[in-house]
Amino acid sequence: MSKLPGKSLSTPGSRLLPTSVSQVGTITKYELLNYFRSRRFFILLAIGLIISGLLTALVAYYGVSNVAPCLPNTCSSPPLAFYSFWWGSSITFVIVLSGIFFGGDAISGEFQNKTGYFLVANPLRRSSIYIGKWLGALTASLIVLAIYAAITVGNGLYYFGANVPYQFAESLSFSILYLIAVLGFTFFFSSLFKSSSMSILVTAILFLFAFSLIQLIVSGLVQVEPWFIITYGSGIIGNVLMDTYPTTQPIRGPGGRDSTTFAATIPEGIAILLIYFFATAVLGLVLFERKEFT
Amino acid sequence: MPSIVAENLTKRYGSFTALSNLNLKIEGSKCVGFLGPNGAGKTTTLKIFTDMIRASEGRALINGVDVHLNKKKAMSSVGALIESPEIYPALTPRDALSMVAEIRGLPRAEKRKKIEEVVSEVKMEEWLDKKVGKFSKGMKQRINIAAALLSDPDVFLLDEPTTGLDPRGMAEVRDIVKSLKTRNRLIFMSSHLLNEVQDICDEVAMIDHGKLLVYDSLSNVTSRASSDGGNIVEVELLRDIDERTVNDDIASLANVSSAERSDPRKVRIHFSGNIQNQERLLLELANLKIGMISFHPSASALEDTYLRLIKDTL
Repeated sequence: MSKLPGKSLSTPGSRLLPTSVSQVGTITKYELLNYFRSRRFFILLAIGLIISGLLTALVAYYGVSNVAPCLPNTCSSPPLAFYSFWWGSSITFVIVLSGIFFGGDAISGEFQNKTGYFLVANPLRRSSIYIGKWLGALTASLIVLAIYAAITVGNGLYYFGANVPYQFAESLSFSILYLIAVLGFTFFFSSLFKSSSMSILVTAILFLFAFSLIQLIVSGLVQVEPWFIITYGSGIIGNVLMDTYPTTQPIRGPGGRDSTTFAATIPEGIAILLIYFFATAVLGLVLFERKEFT
Repeated sequence: MPSIVAENLTKRYGSFTALSNLNLKIEGSKCVGFLGPNGAGKTTTLKIFTDMIRASEGRALINGVDVHLNKKKAMSSVGALIESPEIYPALTPRDALSMVAEIRGLPRAEKRKKIEEVVSEVKMEEWLDKKVGKFSKGMKQRINIAAALLSDPDVFLLDEPTTGLDPRGMAEVRDIVKSLKTRNRLIFMSSHLLNEVQDICDEVAMIDHGKLLVYDSLSNVTSRASSDGGNIVEVELLRDIDERTVNDDIASLANVSSAERSDPRKVRIHFSGNIQNQERLLLELANLKIGMISFHPSASALEDTYLRLIKDTL
């Protein structure tokens, strides 16, 4: 039997099927269409625009030198201080919201809402569904991230001209890496549960409260470097925008008590985010492959 | 020749056995009704055949391909409808069917025409570009049937396809399934509706407590209803028939053991013998010129067999 380019499979009496890669593309395309047609994408976009609007108003009202001060002794670059204030302080929140909005129920919803029954009974691998949906969530999140970055840069250009510090590009790259890791993690939790609300709730609690709390307890009270927490790795997004990159160092606290402040180096941060992504992506995929539509 | 084969198919949930050593080999162009009470294992079987759940033991093969080991290849020639699936509410039927068409590799030039064709077949043309979220359960089920028809597969696995449909919708689905038979397709269809199976199917498989009770042609299965091993047919008439014609003319035909008038225009005939005897009976009844407008194996015969085989459930 002859093979057509881009086609992969046939059985007697059946038509040639597209390759799995092509099927991933199809799932991504319709996942995106579903986001755009539903309110979900536009709600997240609106939240991003509201945060941007509030920051724009804040800077315009109080003045850039007041909200992002650059003191002569500690700061060498006012634009860097501005981007640190704007991007460094808010982007992780936008990324976590993207993860919750697009990843929270991406897989669990297929079970709870029975939409999976429409897809799974077709000639395609479950991994194609998982990867396609993940890519759809990533693309939708990247669009929101791009719009948020454009507004940030727009404000930066207004106040400082074309003087965009190179550290912003680094921070943007780390933000994308963090987004990839967050989506890997949220998809994993989404595969773990069959209830959409449960997977969204657990993901939201973990990213909005639990990780920060554990990080605080582990590093502040127990004095152990919290390298195993994803939000610790994401610290490189803000740290790279600081005039001097923070390092792990001992400090003498109130009452003469010695302690240590921890900061992940850039290679450590990248490693933490990559490990989180690969580990959770593989686990999530295995869970989805094994999960039954009972 | 399309085929579906279950080899020692078993499914356990902890200590509960939902399906026990199911062996079934269905080949050719026909419709096989899959009957059984709630929880008998019908949907479990169909879910294993679509790899929605894994068998604890045994194999499910479609056209000779193991569904679990090579789902993509096995399902390439299957149109399936399992448990009334939901469609993303923000999508339109055109979007949802386009997605299925692209997954199944329908050429771009053919896609639009084919979608309009199947949507027309399920009488949903007016709703093609409306969001599915606004649809009733029956309307969604029609789109699900359209999705199963889209790539013109060899094998259809249908799990209670008329669920949620109004009487007209049910009749339309039955017509669709009948038309599939004429196009040389194999249809394996679970149903609770005995008259539906009687009307559409050529063969019947009955299952209870996860075990296959019988798999045979409809006429052989219905013949079990009669204690003498005979068959029952129901004849519908254009005009009223009197008792004397039934008792004297019909009851005296060859191989007929008894005939009774169930209402003025319906006669229930018990006869013995095989399908050739049934053909002869049909001819002789036609010769009587009693206004016969339909002649079919009795639905209640299937019901009798069903009730006799499936006891003590729930």
